[in-house]
Amino acid sequence: MAFKLKEEALKPERLTGGHRMCAGCGAPVVVRAVLRALKAEDQAVICSATGCLEVSTFMYPYTAWNDSFIHSAFENAGATISGAEAAYKAMKKKGKLPADQTIKFIAFGGDGGTYDIGLQSLSGAMERGHDMVYVCYDNGAYMNTGIQRSSATPRFADTTTSPAGSSVPGKQQQRKDLTAIMAAHHLPYVAQTAPLGSKHGGFKDLHEKAEKAIYTEGACFLNVLAPCPRGWRYDTPKLLEMTDIAVDTCVWPLYEIVDGKLTLSYIPKEKKPVEEYLKAQGRFRHVFKKGNEWMIEEIQKEVDRTWEDLLNRNETK
Amino acid sequence: MGKRDRLSGNEAVAVAMRQINPDVVAAFPITPSTEVPQYFAAFANDGLVDTEFVPVESEHSAMSACIGAEAAGARTMTATSANGLAYMWEMLYIAASSRLPIVLAAVNRALSGPINIHNDHSDTMGARDSGWVQLYGETNQEAYDNFIMAVKIAEHPDVCLPVMDCYDGFITSHSVEVIELLDDQDVKNFVGEYKPKAYLNNPNGKVSMGPLDMPAYYFEHKRQQAEAMKNAKRVILEVSEEFYKLTGRKYGLFEEYKMEDAEVAIVLLNSTAGTAKAVVDELRSKGVKAGLIKIRVFRPFPVDEIVAALKGLKAVAVMDKADGFNGAGGPLFTDITSALYGKADVKVINYIYGLGGRDVRTDDIEVVYDELLKIAETGSVKSVYNYLGIKE
Amino acid sequence: MKKINWDLNNISWKDITPGGIVEVPGSASDTITGEWRSDKPIWDKDKCKQCLICFPVCPDSSINVSEGKMVGIDYDHCKGCGICANQCPFGAIEMVREG
Repeated sequence: MAFKLKEEALKPERLTGGHRMCAGCGAPVVVRAVLRALKAEDQAVICSATGCLEVSTFMYPYTAWNDSFIHSAFENAGATISGAEAAYKAMKKKGKLPADQTIKFIAFGGDGGTYDIGLQSLSGAMERGHDMVYVCYDNGAYMNTGIQRSSATPRFADTTTSPAGSSVPGKQQQRKDLTAIMAAHHLPYVAQTAPLGSKHGGFKDLHEKAEKAIYTEGACFLNVLAPCPRGWRYDTPKLLEMTDIAVDTCVWPLYEIVDGKLTLSYIPKEKKPVEEYLKAQGRFRHVFKKGNEWMIEEIQKEVDRTWEDLLNRNETK
Repeated sequence: MGKRDRLSGNEAVAVAMRQINPDVVAAFPITPSTEVPQYFAAFANDGLVDTEFVPVESEHSAMSACIGAEAAGARTMTATSANGLAYMWEMLYIAASSRLPIVLAAVNRALSGPINIHNDHSDTMGARDSGWVQLYGETNQEAYDNFIMAVKIAEHPDVCLPVMDCYDGFITSHSVEVIELLDDQDVKNFVGEYKPKAYLNNPNGKVSMGPLDMPAYYFEHKRQQAEAMKNAKRVILEVSEEFYKLTGRKYGLFEEYKMEDAEVAIVLLNSTAGTAKAVVDELRSKGVKAGLIKIRVFRPFPVDEIVAALKGLKAVAVMDKADGFNGAGGPLFTDITSALYGKADVKVINYIYGLGGRDVRTDDIEVVYDELLKIAETGSVKSVYNYLGIKE
Repeated sequence: MKKINWDLNNISWKDITPGGIVEVPGSASDTITGEWRSDKPIWDKDKCKQCLICFPVCPDSSINVSEGKMVGIDYDHCKGCGICANQCPFGAIEMVREG
């Protein structure tokens, strides 16, 4: 289905204002976009891992969710939503729910709750093939506890547990390729996406991928880049400038894997140098210090390697 | 009604599960509880139940999936032991505080480390403050009966708390005994339909569950949870009465064995009661006024009833199959003595016994009664915190 | 209109919802996060071409849309992040200091 913003805007809003996410946060933008892909008539049960999103959207007695919502802990959004989905199947089977009632099951987790502490629970739920979507809003660090490094944090980024010190300049490791790990679960639909500025089609990519993930039967996974102005250290209005440059530098490639076949969703005509991504964010300031040029080179090398690999695997050439 | 069958404790509980036909069972194998989900998976795959069986990748996810399922409106169950229960620990608290009436077959096994697969109570004792109702059973029959009653207790509107059906690993879980099974239809009628008030999958009312609860309300939620646990005592008795009418099998908060005129008594949990009863019978035949109390309901703890039962005794030994590591005694001992404090002046000693499956024979129990009789005679206690059956 | 109608300071433990369940969807709209704002977006209706780009980019669901048209800004919830102004292709939203 083609993405028509005007039509999408007619749907009921599923995440209300009044939540307590920071001004300019990328996560609620992602959440709204994913939920907008639900058919207006479909009910959703949403789960969130503990994290910024959860504590900010449901502080008793104020819930920002217009759908049913559950949070139980940090590391178990995959398992929690799989229980709710199993309940749905059983209740349907026993006639406890109307036959024509469709409920969609969607879990959200940050990179902490997804790449790290929640990986086992996520892997289990995906492997079991529950009819659900797991959405990782990846902001590249444990933001809720104050910007600690995660396995999604890019190399050399300055975080509070990988500080850019005089002898160790920020995080030393490459980020984990979670999307590939999810694809290795042989899921029917896996995609990497982001909310983007209009030159990249705005919310088309995210919307269409969310729609496919929600309406493909089985366990589907979306990895969505969700910049954090505090953790990345940029001014709040620039949210989509961050995602735009992330895709133009191929730091965050957009692609989908349908039944194992990888398709790149966007190939920049001219791949921009990684400096443009790095210089926009305070967390990489130290890599521009004299004598640290090697860091940028290494980041560029890694981005190039990953991108080449994706180009080689791209089945729609 | 009913029929007699020869079943292991685990099989009996799995049969109870089949008869209840819950909406969701999510479980992960761990000795000695493994057979429960194993038998149940066979029931599910043979189409004997309508249940969604979720073979999760860990006990943490088992309890998490149970929470998701129960919150979504499903009657939900699981089974585990020892480290599995410990791995669920975080989620046990969340299940209870979210007021989700999940039922768990807790097949008692020693908690690592060192790793040991045999029976003691260190696993469920670790969960005694998690907000779960805990029922303990001596025999396969009790494990089966408690499991069926657990559903009704958990889901009672004045309770809405999860319930553990605790029974001894191997001794009860794997020993085959003759038990009396209820008719399937009687079980279904007894437990009734699960009708939660508010649930995620409700097409007519959306709910949010599991909030960030700030100091303004957290305390009130905890107070309400504590009240539910208090209510559980009355509800357990009501449900047990109803069960008695159906089956003729009587259950209370604890079983009093030859306590009417007893002067000395042992208090304990689960299968050791069988051994201890034999010793009581032997002592009684010699004219010794010995009795036994077997606790069935450990959470909520039947404080007033225990005081009434122990008041006037000359000496009592509390036997704990779990150490307390508080330098003072085991968990059951601590609860019994705090119950008696200021209400009855009874001499109470504690024995830690049977850890990691150490065999407990009638000889061992006789040692305890001998000590109690000495205390009764002399009025003095040599040692409060003791070990039974240890290699000195 | 407020969605939660309790006396928040005086609700008894006996009356509070069990387990922290909330049966009022979207009750967070009672929370006036507009007070957090230091910069305020001002919408110029005349410059607006109704492209609706401002609508999905808002983290606070604070672009009021009615019948497919941008009709204003929900100042009760807008935190003044400025993403809408940054993304508007027509300069129809301007950020000004809160007075």
